Amino acid sequence: MQSVHTTFNIESIRASFPILIRKVKDKPLVYFDNAATTQKPQVVIDALTDYYKLYNANIHRGIHSLAEEATAAYEATRDTIKDFINAGHREEIIFTRGVTESINLVAYSWGKANLKAGDEIIISGMEHHSNIVPWQLIAESTGAIIKVIPVNDQGELMMEEYYKLLSERTKLVSIVHASNALGTINPVKEIIAAAHNIGAIVLVDGAQSSVHLDIDVQDLDCDFFAISSHKVYGPTGIGVLYGKKAILEAMPPFIGGGEMISEVSFEKSTWNDLPYKFEAGTPNIADTVALKAAIDFVREIGKGNIRAHEDALLQYATQQLESIEGVRIIGQAQHKVSVASFVIDGVHPQDVGILLDNNGVAVRTGHHCTQPLMKRFGIPGTIRASFAMYNTREEIDVMILALNKAIKLLR
Amino acid sequence: MSEVKSILETEQEIIEEFALFDTWEEKYEYIIDMGKKLKPLDDIHKKEENKIKGCQSTVWMVSDFNDGKVNYKAESDAVIVKGLVSMLIRVLSGHTPEEIINAKLEFIDQIGMKQHLAQTRSNGLLSMVKQMKLDATVYQAQQLNK
Repeated sequence: MQSVHTTFNIESIRASFPILIRKVKDKPLVYFDNAATTQKPQVVIDALTDYYKLYNANIHRGIHSLAEEATAAYEATRDTIKDFINAGHREEIIFTRGVTESINLVAYSWGKANLKAGDEIIISGMEHHSNIVPWQLIAESTGAIIKVIPVNDQGELMMEEYYKLLSERTKLVSIVHASNALGTINPVKEIIAAAHNIGAIVLVDGAQSSVHLDIDVQDLDCDFFAISSHKVYGPTGIGVLYGKKAILEAMPPFIGGGEMISEVSFEKSTWNDLPYKFEAGTPNIADTVALKAAIDFVREIGKGNIRAHEDALLQYATQQLESIEGVRIIGQAQHKVSVASFVIDGVHPQDVGILLDNNGVAVRTGHHCTQPLMKRFGIPGTIRASFAMYNTREEIDVMILALNKAIKLLR
Repeated sequence: MSEVKSILETEQEIIEEFALFDTWEEKYEYIIDMGKKLKPLDDIHKKEENKIKGCQSTVWMVSDFNDGKVNYKAESDAVIVKGLVSMLIRVLSGHTPEEIINAKLEFIDQIGMKQHLAQTRSNGLLSMVKQMKLDATVYQAQQLNK
């Protein structure tokens, strides 16, 4: 298929995102908070409004035309996601509210059925709170124990320590693919293979990775993979849990209600087949439908093209940041997604964030929901600039200029 | 002894000071300058129970009650917040619990800080105001129970 974007055309990409023309504090918006959420292209916004304007209906059980159209569009997203991550079966794709719900689903459903006192769950020192707290909750109720892979000074996992943690007590490893706070890309394929060797299963938190990296769940051989729509240029409120069919089939439902049942009587109910067993109630149809538009958009431009562009931005930003006196990059892993996290000697991240905002530059400051990681580096938080396909070198120059101004004012 | 300015008078004074600035840079520069000039809090006061929740940065605040007047001291690890809290102290310190509780603090709006600081951060500012009024309420109750 001939793609429209055979070469990476930044002007045409920027023109696809209506928000980018707006101003903030009378300055052109420079949006560098993409690891928190990405902006939405017009095609996604159109898909949302088209759904409500043209074929809004409840899905799966209606026999009228609108219901059929809505069902077809909803299920088409499932097929698109299946291709996007190269899953083996469409019923392995479960729609959730996001990565947080995906992880909670596994923790409660799989965890409750399979964990017992003394079993071990391995996570890492760079997990987002959403990949820590669900395991703590399930550990509390089952008596399972959480073990943590430490992080080195570069912000990489200490793999030799991981191997030491693995034992016959290890039942599940839940690991972030790419760190939201540092950008580190973790060697998940190696982590998965080692866990499988001792009979443990692995969940990969793909919240940050799925927008940047090619994902092939069959090649990774992960048992679960979690995706967030709004971090892949899609709408908020929708996410994906991929799970291997055999494992999902053996898992009890997570939430009960309509849609997820086969038959209901007051004595006993039986569960619907995958994936519907895990999709109770009327789902988030509009956002699911629009997610397909986002994935199609990303695939049309090409993840390889996007990654090359973002890698160049990261390299340029890192180099420019390091040229500022007193700036220290937090997270110097060899393999990173486009996240530049940094601290500045004698300056509080919040002050910098306020002054950058004053110049139209949106960055994230704080602990990025990774308090244990911040503690490990002995800092209260960082300033994080994270780049997407629509960012430019000129925008990085704007940030650097604003940073220099801020530092002068604050020191 | 010079007459103590009323809360409203000090608010008006600050509004006039900010009216001199044309740009946001200048306003922030002034706030940062106030932050830098705020007297540091003794380390013994920098403990968990004196922290104000709701801020991205850490704010510690203590108060005392003497001769019917409340006095506040505070510090933060972030200098803009320190500037904001120093303005609050300048307006509210040295007044009676009743005056503090009834203060509307409209100057925050009038110098544009409320709109200018994003929701989460202005919540931090509101947390500080809330804490100051709470302290005043406690002192008022103590007074009544005497």
